[in-house]
Amino acid sequence: MNTINDRSREIGPFVSGVDDDMLICRCEEITKGEIRKAVHEGMWTMTEIRRYLRTGMGLCQGQTCAKLVKGIVARELGISPAELEPAASRVPMRPIEMRIFANETEGGQDYE
Amino acid sequence: MSRTAEVVVIGGGIIGCAISYYLVQKGVHVICLEGSDHIGNGGSSRNGGGVRQSGRDPRELPLVMYGIKHFWPTLSEELETDCEYHQDGNLRLGKTQKHKQILTELTERAVKVGLDVKMIDGDEVRRINPYLSEEVTCASWCPTDGHANPLTTTLGYYKTARKKGVHFITGEQVVELKKVKGALRKVVCASGNIYEGETVVLAAGYESRKIAETVGIDIPMQSAMLEALVTEAQPHMFDQMLGTAEADFYGHQTKHGSFVFGGSSGLEGFTKDNGTPICYAKTAPCICRGIIRYFPNLADAKIVRTWAGWMDKCADGVPVLGKVAEVPGLVLACGFTGHGFGIAPAAAHQLAELITTGQTTVDLHDLRYDRFHAKI
Repeated sequence: MNTINDRSREIGPFVSGVDDDMLICRCEEITKGEIRKAVHEGMWTMTEIRRYLRTGMGLCQGQTCAKLVKGIVARELGISPAELEPAASRVPMRPIEMRIFANETEGGQDYE
Repeated sequence: MSRTAEVVVIGGGIIGCAISYYLVQKGVHVICLEGSDHIGNGGSSRNGGGVRQSGRDPRELPLVMYGIKHFWPTLSEELETDCEYHQDGNLRLGKTQKHKQILTELTERAVKVGLDVKMIDGDEVRRINPYLSEEVTCASWCPTDGHANPLTTTLGYYKTARKKGVHFITGEQVVELKKVKGALRKVVCASGNIYEGETVVLAAGYESRKIAETVGIDIPMQSAMLEALVTEAQPHMFDQMLGTAEADFYGHQTKHGSFVFGGSSGLEGFTKDNGTPICYAKTAPCICRGIIRYFPNLADAKIVRTWAGWMDKCADGVPVLGKVAEVPGLVLACGFTGHGFGIAPAAAHQLAELITTGQTTVDLHDLRYDRFHAKI
């Protein structure tokens, strides 16, 4: 947390790769090339990548692709994946219908 | 790396990123410091995405109207980022006589400032948005309002400003400002690093208060938590921005198809405060109940995420913008009170103009720092 990060540090140019079309985030259909390009546009943290591209923002909330995205971002930045903090996991654990989520109060209005 | 620039911007949210962008466009050398590890990590990434004029205080209305006319329509192109801007109107919904009274008063004062907004009845509301329940009996309707994607817009400003040469540093927490010969000059960080600029812009949300205090400036604001949630993608339903008279919830359907709704439980201010914006267990269900009453057919839509964020709530509900007589070199841009997203392009553009020319196109006098007075 709170590590000084100079966003003008040189990371070299974006070089396209043969597997740039490979889907990494299946829920939101984001490719490896899009992730790599975003790093060169300045998105240097897992949180920024997620907010910029929607990787890990779909139904599985990144449970499938988070590790893959992290590896791609780290490699593009020339750092170890261990240096990248994961994006925050959020409530609810699994997608839940509003009519069920709404039922939190006992004796409240019944939405079922 | 040089730690001296013409302007040092404190805060890498949408306000700080956008000011940096408009300054670098005018050829100004800018360093932008963000305290957290991520750009746009506060309200900029956590708000409901409204680009709204209706319902605003008349003191800030001319500024947001200027932004909707001059910046929002072309922003995606300018920032080479899909900001997902939609200008399809804002419905502020009411169900009761009391709601109608609130909405009518808001509408009348906005009309006086020249905004195209009017009151409509329940049937007209459902002609605009057929998914709304019969409980809705009135609304204010402002056709030039809309919404956008706060995440991509904030990061779009950052991306473009960075590309044009703004020097961004994240994880650099500012702890103190220092004057040199009577004018603000130094920006001291927790790391021990010291940055210097002829002008220092303070756009750090609520954190601005502590920082400004180090040069004797006290901005009357508090932090207040707000929460929001997002559904899974749904078939396209409508493009308007929605709010309610009592602010039960607000939100819109995004380009992605998901619905983003913000709201509250009414127990804000009394929830467990451990210093991080963690969702309160009662809020999301409360927002869901609010939504279902207005949109019965969204009851089966699944919630995939909930989140919380702080807003910098100013004593009189409008931001503090501009120079401060007591501290030459300081420019304030904080206290946006939870509705800083839609106004951000105009506020940032005007402050960049103030810094480079000493004047602004839109009169910012009502938003100055020395407007606060005790009641007697």
